[in-house]
Amino acid sequence: MNYSWDFRPVFAHFDMLALGLLNTVKIAAVSIVLGVLVGLVLAMMRLSVRRWLRWPAAVVIEFYRNTPPIVHFFWFFYAFPVLLSVSMSPYVAAVLALSTQSGAFYAEVFRGGIVSIERGQWEGARALGMTHAALMRRVIVPQAISRMVPPFIERSFELLKTTALASTLAYADLLYQAMMVNSQTFRPLEVYTTIAAMYLVLLVTASQLARIAERRLTAYQ
Amino acid sequence: MSQNPILEIKGLHKRFGDHHVLKGIDFSVEPGERVAIIGGSGSGKSTFLRCMNFMETLSEGEIWLDGQRIGQQVRGRMTYPEKQLCKVRERLGMVFQQFNLFPHMTVLQNVMEGLITVKGLSRQDARAIAVRELAKVGLGEKHDAWPGRLSGGQQQRVAIARALSMEPEVLLFDEPTSSLDPELVGEVLRVINQLAEEGRTMLLVTHELGFAYHFATRVIFLADGVFHEVGTPDEVLKNPQKPRTQEFLRRFGEFAF
Repeated sequence: MNYSWDFRPVFAHFDMLALGLLNTVKIAAVSIVLGVLVGLVLAMMRLSVRRWLRWPAAVVIEFYRNTPPIVHFFWFFYAFPVLLSVSMSPYVAAVLALSTQSGAFYAEVFRGGIVSIERGQWEGARALGMTHAALMRRVIVPQAISRMVPPFIERSFELLKTTALASTLAYADLLYQAMMVNSQTFRPLEVYTTIAAMYLVLLVTASQLARIAERRLTAYQ
Repeated sequence: MSQNPILEIKGLHKRFGDHHVLKGIDFSVEPGERVAIIGGSGSGKSTFLRCMNFMETLSEGEIWLDGQRIGQQVRGRMTYPEKQLCKVRERLGMVFQQFNLFPHMTVLQNVMEGLITVKGLSRQDARAIAVRELAKVGLGEKHDAWPGRLSGGQQQRVAIARALSMEPEVLLFDEPTSSLDPELVGEVLRVINQLAEEGRTMLLVTHELGFAYHFATRVIFLADGVFHEVGTPDEVLKNPQKPRTQEFLRRFGEFAF
């Protein structure tokens, strides 16, 4: 094989890739924040004593766990607008898909963290006379958070990688921008190698930050 | 000299599904009494204690605290509003077998927690009380330690300080030494003894029969969900009248009075 590598045409379009990277980070960040909100609501529903709250949440969570992520993207982009008779930008559709699917998984992470706290902790707090709200806020949630951190981070990395599916809706994320650069340079090997490296750097950096956060949140153990 | 009971239980039943654990218990405690509750494992002695501060829901029965029935009649059904239960639990301190300290708080914070979140004290006042109670259980040096770094005996003493800080009217001990290494039992029993000398009202579920003998003003032998034999330590532990009690004590073997 005597392929001659040439990254120059790719670097000439590096501004496009940089924009793509920025959009990837943006959509991931927004989706994580919204996903956390969705996850909190679903988790609270799942933990409720009321069946009419628990069941719908369980259905939503099961739906997302058992359907391919790309279907959610297509559904929010092509199907959902029909339902509302509005048009939807790729960005909005992708954010909806990402935040609802991550929300469904975050919900299980949050719920798992809460129920993993030993019965003795609930009883110790209750025996002091704490209300349910106080014991959640002061005793259960702070401990649960440190247990939620590792799976939460793992899930957020999944989300970060799943953002690449937004390119199928023509959202200008890193992958989509790479396809654009490729169509101008005809250098698929260099283009896709470059963006693979960019994803790698992004995720490794994020995991370093996550590790620092994890250490802080689990300091007492 | 009979006083009004601080705590009174009437017709207490507890079922876990089909399992009928407590079968109609009447019981009252006067201020200053120290009651040891003994019995085999599965006899329901812990469940009995845990019903008093509603760690378990009652299947049937009434609990009266200082002349007031706990609970509220709502359309013919007894309900237990959270606010009321919180107040009851505040007044009945509990010490658990597994300590149940909060691992994400330091020793001092553990003791301050209830004072701040339940009693609404300022940090400063809570701190002063916590320092005092920790000194009392001999842990004045350990304020900033994480509970996970302490021995079981030290953890249990922190738990006692935490319960004491709330100034409960009655202290409930649920097998406070059962999960301790043998050499650590003594330090916890000494603290409990010290509380006895202060004249505190206490209920103690225990397997330490020797300790129960010296500690208690009254001993209850619980078997098959009822009070099988009740009396002074001498009556129940030295001269038990019922064969079942005698058998239990024999199986427990020699213990030093």
